[in-house]
Amino acid sequence: MSTTETSTGTGADGAAEALSTAPREDGGSTGDAPNLPKLGVTGWLRWFWRQLTSMRVALLLLFLLSLAAIPGSLVPQEGSDPVKVSEFLKNHTSLGPIYTKLGLFHVYSSVWFSAVYILLFISLAGCIIPRSWQFVGQLRSQPPHAPRKLDRMPAYATWRTDAAPEEVLASARETLRARRYRTAPGGDSVAAEKGYLREAGNLIFHIALFGLLIAFAVGTLYKSDGNKLVVTGGGFTNNQTQYDDLRHGAFFEPDNMAPFGFTLNAFHATYEESGPQKGTPRSYAADVTYFGPDGKSHQRTIHVNDPLNVAGNKVYLTSHGYSMVVTVRDGQGNVAYSGPVPFLPLDGNVTSQGVVKVPDAVGKDGKRDQLGFAGLFTPTTVIDPVNGPHSVFPALERPALFITGYHGDLGMDSGLAQNVYTLDTTNKNLKQFTDDKGNPVRKLMVPGDTWTLPNGAGSITFNRIDQWANFEVVHQPGNSLALGSAVCMLLGLAGSLFIQRRRVWVRARRTDDGRTLVELAGLGRSESPKVAEELAVLVSAVHAKAPTAAEEPQESQPDSLSDGDHSDKEQS
Amino acid sequence: MTIAAGVNESLASISNYLVYSAITVYTLAFLAHIAEWTFGSRSRVARTARAVTESAAAPAAPAVRVARRGGGTTVLERPQVVTRDGSEDRGAIDGPGAAGGSEQGDLYGRIAISLTVLAWLLHFGGVVARALSVQRAPWGNMYEFSTTLGLVAVGLYLLLLALGKNVRWVGLFLTTTVLLDLGLAVTVLYADSDQLVPALHSYWLWIHVSCAIICGAAFHLGALATFLYLFRDGYEVRQAQGRVGRLDSMLERLPAAATLDKFAYRINAAIFPLWTFTIIAGSIWAESAWGRYWGWDPTETWSFITWVAYACYLHARATAGWKGRKAAYLCLIAFGCFLFNYYCVNIFIVGKHSYAGL
Ligand code: HEM
Repeated sequence: MSTTETSTGTGADGAAEALSTAPREDGGSTGDAPNLPKLGVTGWLRWFWRQLTSMRVALLLLFLLSLAAIPGSLVPQEGSDPVKVSEFLKNHTSLGPIYTKLGLFHVYSSVWFSAVYILLFISLAGCIIPRSWQFVGQLRSQPPHAPRKLDRMPAYATWRTDAAPEEVLASARETLRARRYRTAPGGDSVAAEKGYLREAGNLIFHIALFGLLIAFAVGTLYKSDGNKLVVTGGGFTNNQTQYDDLRHGAFFEPDNMAPFGFTLNAFHATYEESGPQKGTPRSYAADVTYFGPDGKSHQRTIHVNDPLNVAGNKVYLTSHGYSMVVTVRDGQGNVAYSGPVPFLPLDGNVTSQGVVKVPDAVGKDGKRDQLGFAGLFTPTTVIDPVNGPHSVFPALERPALFITGYHGDLGMDSGLAQNVYTLDTTNKNLKQFTDDKGNPVRKLMVPGDTWTLPNGAGSITFNRIDQWANFEVVHQPGNSLALGSAVCMLLGLAGSLFIQRRRVWVRARRTDDGRTLVELAGLGRSESPKVAEELAVLVSAVHAKAPTAAEEPQESQPDSLSDGDHSDKEQS
Repeated sequence: MTIAAGVNESLASISNYLVYSAITVYTLAFLAHIAEWTFGSRSRVARTARAVTESAAAPAAPAVRVARRGGGTTVLERPQVVTRDGSEDRGAIDGPGAAGGSEQGDLYGRIAISLTVLAWLLHFGGVVARALSVQRAPWGNMYEFSTTLGLVAVGLYLLLLALGKNVRWVGLFLTTTVLLDLGLAVTVLYADSDQLVPALHSYWLWIHVSCAIICGAAFHLGALATFLYLFRDGYEVRQAQGRVGRLDSMLERLPAAATLDKFAYRINAAIFPLWTFTIIAGSIWAESAWGRYWGWDPTETWSFITWVAYACYLHARATAGWKGRKAAYLCLIAFGCFLFNYYCVNIFIVGKHSYAGL
């Protein structure tokens, strides 16, 4: 460095301070006396508060937050994958209970994770509030007066001119104003400051973090999220009882569910027809007619990435499959069941499984004889001698239904909830239909086929194949607050990182030889060469109005270097 | 929704040829860089040149020349802006670069850069051909993501070079990591050209993933500079104590620790808002695809961790007592989180994000 004094950091001078509202750290390079806590409860509390809201603790808490988030990505989580959690508990009998106690299966709602972020947000509040006041104070007051020794500032320029000091100052102030600096006159100098948006951006960013937290909390507490399987032609109305399953937050109120509904008119799927990824789904589309709270109905097609938005709810298309439309007649020849039966896919080629339960069937003898069928459906059928029938393509190219039948008691009166997709074949009162030799009868059916059951027990007709689609209905308030906060965060961050807050001072003083000594100095807070570049522009503007006095005795010029790339290297 | 377009097989194989050629040329560039460093360290000239640079840089009072007004006969003294560095650096000066002033080394360095440009063009062709072969953005699986990330990283480096920034020192290290990246891509991560599953059909794929790639590439450069900073910082400490280390002949040719640190900081700080945006864009996409904007899916969790780690780094830079090495470690940890997210989470931890084809 060519300047002789050793640099003690830009904060050394009184006027240079408060270029930011960042809390000052004890023991920092500014060399303040450390603030030792005074004894006494309030003293300690104040000390604790100051620690909590210091940057160093904020740093520590941030670091802890990222550490605390890790286990949740490695251990299965209750919220996203309960099946894996129970698997884990089964496989790790000793670790499992410990993990449970530590809350490792619900990390993001565990006590310790909450503790870290709550402390962080308290620290944040304790940081933002004083900083905001301080910033308001800075906005209302004038830029601080020029420090005594301008040549100690990170960027400095000086020359002598014949123009009067008042003229120089007036023109400097004008120049600075034209460049949207806030200026304040002060005796033989002008003080100017610019880039308040940096501080504003920083505060907005940190405040927006609160917005995000609130949005997140509201979303979690009021959320409802349920599934509904709808067969083509079938419908759904938004009512707790209509859902196949419904999860919700603590403050969810079933009475406040928005009134809307829809009917599934048709479902379309396309698949990769050839190549190594043959059978990979390429597009899904569900055509629906829906009505909102106003009762008017509309047409819409729901795609995978494109949910239906109605009455503050979103309806997502999550999966699909085939349903078998069957007609079952009982031993009396009456239609005991007729309609679509959804089958659940087992693999990517939609080999599907399902059951038909006919509780109201009456036998030949007029006594109750319930009927049940278990089926395996393959949309593009291949019968493999080893693996049996399976599907090789998800679309309906060679559909077939393999079905076995049971009669007797389906066990539906036992009071226990039954899965509609499985038959309880362990039930002794449920007998399988067998052939003459006593082997179970398995029937291959294609649409249009009718299977007449043995012993006049009735018949089942496979009318046609329909599709079903599963919809996830999500109601999560607070999304727009979250998005708004995120946008504010982004804008604030950009302001905070890309805008430089800086001060410029211009001093013009008459010297003994009757000339005017002009000094310009610039100070920025962050790491950027811009301050020097900007000062150079200002210097040239002021210099144009107050040129260097012509017959000035030449001063020795040790540094004959020109140019900006050096300031690029040296300036921080 | 778009009906699947076919895959143009010949373009797909052209793409593969181009990527392999790029790897070959990057390897040559890597070797040329090695030659550059080797000649640089052998060179006696290096030391002299260093002394020269040192004395040239010594009057560290750079001046900003102010345009002279008018064409008067009197010679006007031009006011100059004198700058002073407020930061606590040791006043160490930047090294002369890999070639260390040796002419031969410099020649190899230039060859290396030319080869890097050529390799980059091939690489670019490879990525474009891949994109054309499937008529979508070339980042639908990990193979494509890796190749595009390498492309952007080298592209950023070449852009900085073209802008006249002093970044030649990173050449050797960057070609090394890009070769690693591409090597992994064509062996472990390779997936044939293909269409996307419906869940990836969205313009958010363009936005979210392209931002993630740019961020990854920039963080990569920042991490390389930080990594070198740690070595160079050690060297400067040793110099101050009059000790000598094994790598010193190499380290003395790197830019000063303060320069490396500043370079890393600027890149990381400039890209952090984009990383924030990447996560926000991802949440918006998740909201429209899966019904929630945030679900603590492993990939989401790790991008959050990465984000917090970079926020930590930025805080550290603003906190007295945490600048320098401590902040550098945070930067490397943060980039480590990015890498972990990309390789480990995608491959070993099953979440909703598992890419098609791997
Ligand atoms: C909730 C977690 C937090 C996050 C994610 C966060 C994030 C960030 C980021 C990314 C920056 C860089 C922007 C810039 O340099 O201007 C920053 C700056 C800053 N943060 Fe935070 N922050 C958090 C909490 C806090 C807390 C608790 C405090 C108070 C102790 C704080 C005080 C500051 C200050 C003073 C700056 C400005 C530093 C400067 O002026 O260079 N932050 N924060």
